[in-house]
Amino acid sequence: MAPAALIVLLCLGTGCSTVEPWQRRTLSDITMRGDRDPAGLLLAEHMWFSREAASGGRGVGGGGCGCN
Amino acid sequence: MAAMALPTLLPWARAAAGLQPGDALPDLKAMDLEGDIPDVAGKVVHLDFWASWCVPCRQSFPVLEQLHKTHGPKGYVLIGVSMDEKAADMQKFLRKNPVSFAIVRDAKERLASRVRPPGMPTSCFFGPDGRLDSVHPKYEGEATRKKYLEIIERLLPKPKA
Repeated sequence: MAPAALIVLLCLGTGCSTVEPWQRRTLSDITMRGDRDPAGLLLAEHMWFSREAASGGRGVGGGGCGCN
Repeated sequence: MAAMALPTLLPWARAAAGLQPGDALPDLKAMDLEGDIPDVAGKVVHLDFWASWCVPCRQSFPVLEQLHKTHGPKGYVLIGVSMDEKAADMQKFLRKNPVSFAIVRDAKERLASRVRPPGMPTSCFFGPDGRLDSVHPKYEGEATRKKYLEIIERLLPKPKA
């Protein structure tokens, strides 16, 4: 039982790594930014607010009716 | 048990923390750096860790170039340590942002693993005795320029009257 648990833990452990500050090239790429496409973001937020009745959650006025 | 583990863990903990003030400048020639390493013996050494993808690094380059030009003849050595994975990225950046100070590339991350810069860019200043004076992450425009200038002037040997 113990060896099996150890193997599972080792397998899970391989999925973890620390990204050092000097290795953040990919993370600093424009494609990693959620706001890189303002029009797309607006549409996505409109859909999300309407579905969740959460309009205004990101500074957008309205009542969550999906008509704003 | 803990007492037995301590001597084993201490070097590891020190390495994980990176260079601390008072620590010696690593032997740059033993770090497998790409590029020419200037003579650093008895000089104020400024290691600047940068990368082409780092926007504040790009903003810092004109200031670094100015510091190199004004203080280089007085015994100050600035070495830009590129952390770019690809040499081509670094060269493309340098074509757009040409500088006259020394640039090396830490392709194997040996120097960075030893110094452990906490962010990009990070500047490390070593005194003429080869000991680490201070480490400064981030670049914040004029405030950073003034801070670097103060450190360099403090570390440089005073001219004899």
